[in-house]
Amino acid sequence: MASLTRADVEHVAYLARLGLAEAELARLEGQLNHILDQYAKLAELDTDAIPPTAQTIELENILRDDVARPSLPAEDVLANAPHRDGEFFVVPAILGGE
Amino acid sequence: MADLQGLTQLFAHEMAARLRSGETTAREIAEAHLARAHATDHGLHAWLTIDDERALAEADAADATLAGARAEGPDALAALHPLHGMPVALKDLVSVKGGQCTAGSRILEGYRAPYDAHITERLRAVGVVILGKTNMDEFAMGSSCEHSAFGPTANPWDLERVPGGSSGGSAASVAAFQTPLSIGTDTGGSIRQPAALCGIVGMKPTYGRVSRYGIVAFASSLDQIGPFARDVRDAAALLHAVSGRDERDSTSAPEPVAEDLVNLPASDDEAASWLRGKRFGVPREYFVEGMEPGVAAAIRTAVADLERAGATVEEVSLPHTDYGLASYYIVAPAEASANLARYDGVRFGHAVTDGADYLADYLVTRGSGFGPEVKRRVMLGTYALSAGYYDAFYLKALKVRTLIKRDFDVLFDAGFDALVGPTSPDVAFRFGAKLADPVKMYLSDACTLPVNMAGLPGISIPCGLSEGLPVGLQLIGPAWSEGVLMRAARAYEGVTASADWRRVRPHDLAKLAGAGLPTPAERIASR
Repeated sequence: MASLTRADVEHVAYLARLGLAEAELARLEGQLNHILDQYAKLAELDTDAIPPTAQTIELENILRDDVARPSLPAEDVLANAPHRDGEFFVVPAILGGE
Repeated sequence: MADLQGLTQLFAHEMAARLRSGETTAREIAEAHLARAHATDHGLHAWLTIDDERALAEADAADATLAGARAEGPDALAALHPLHGMPVALKDLVSVKGGQCTAGSRILEGYRAPYDAHITERLRAVGVVILGKTNMDEFAMGSSCEHSAFGPTANPWDLERVPGGSSGGSAASVAAFQTPLSIGTDTGGSIRQPAALCGIVGMKPTYGRVSRYGIVAFASSLDQIGPFARDVRDAAALLHAVSGRDERDSTSAPEPVAEDLVNLPASDDEAASWLRGKRFGVPREYFVEGMEPGVAAAIRTAVADLERAGATVEEVSLPHTDYGLASYYIVAPAEASANLARYDGVRFGHAVTDGADYLADYLVTRGSGFGPEVKRRVMLGTYALSAGYYDAFYLKALKVRTLIKRDFDVLFDAGFDALVGPTSPDVAFRFGAKLADPVKMYLSDACTLPVNMAGLPGISIPCGLSEGLPVGLQLIGPAWSEGVLMRAARAYEGVTASADWRRVRPHDLAKLAGAGLPTPAERIASR
């Protein structure tokens, strides 16, 4: 089965939005490959004709009435904001330029 | 230390009887447990938050409700839940409005839940008193509690050993008589394995049995909430209190809750008689390679006890057990990587702003906020779901999941009432023993994670000791068979009521009460 190079590890870390130190990347390369080796066992099974199970209890979609109801007060939601300005969460500019 | 022979040594159903007879009050019960938790937790570290003020207010409210019911008459008194006024600890991923909820992670340090979880509401509604929040592996990822960002919890049986995980604090607090009841979550074994390692009862119900609204998510197709207690009757009553449909969790099922759960026999003989004519299967694959001989021996003895009480026991096969670990460690990290995308440092939680741009903020916030095991799993999950690998990993794992589920279906369709085997292949291990090799740690859950993959209920109950440490017996049933599993577990308690090992208390309880004990983290650091 697949094995991860150091460049792969860096790419996956980027996709996962994890800023990792050199030492962490090196350790993860070894550990992730060790874990991926365990995945190879799955190749022993012929699953071409087997349907996937994403959900075990065979519930049908459960719908509820679309009724407006109060949401949390803005103050309660904003109370955990790391950076806020009045009623807003503060984030860095996403579009370039000032 | 207060109350060594008093209230904290009782089962909840014993305390509840004293509460109703007027011998004690919910306030006295809460005070005794709070005092013991404060006095004994320095060397154990089972708790992340103990909220005396809130707990005592809830206890007073429970006393007031009880007084009102008494005034109203016997019907009103009988309508109170059996756990009315009893204390509980919640794993620190259950939202309690206004209280800190860390999920064992730095990234949620200081985060205060803006609303109550469904189970918090349910517990309050039946008069249960919430004492505080317990330690856990970060985001419930781990089998030893060593992955908590706030330091590990120790095992009351041996303070040099882990309590299991991820719900290690919930299990250790019950085993150390700091609370009679606690709540955990189980994604791959996180209730059953710590229950086994701490010598108490713990159940993972059927997927969909308990609403997860207000619970920090790990792997959404696997996570389920369940109870810990020191006996089966208490565990069953706690499950009863939190079970049932809640429209805010669309995976919570409209299945009726077994009323059996609050009517388990008090008499050991009556409980044991239930076993006559029942049929159990013992999966041969659960006696895994490298299993501790003392664990295997205790399980074999338990099986013989069930047979002697009139049950039929047959060896059976779950042929895809061996593929459980690999498929689980694709499905769970994949779902985790998606669920944990929300920790972005914008709306709540740990945030580091280095000023460059939003991407740099994400990288440094998540890179510094998550611990090593969480990073490992997010990496695994992101890789398994990344372009070109989805079919090879995630889809393949979901197909193997079908095979694992079918193994169980075949046996339950053939008429087995439950399957019986070990919960964990070994007893509580020493701090550090499995930290260096993640796969070794993952193997702790080889006998529990197939049950999550199949969505089934499973319970771990104490069944003896191996080299002086508790062994857990796992019972697994078909979907929605919680009532039957609790009856079976209660029956086993009845059969073994006079066993010598039942009288052995956790060896290090006395040490915990002593002064000047180092915390588990300090103890490890000084080695």
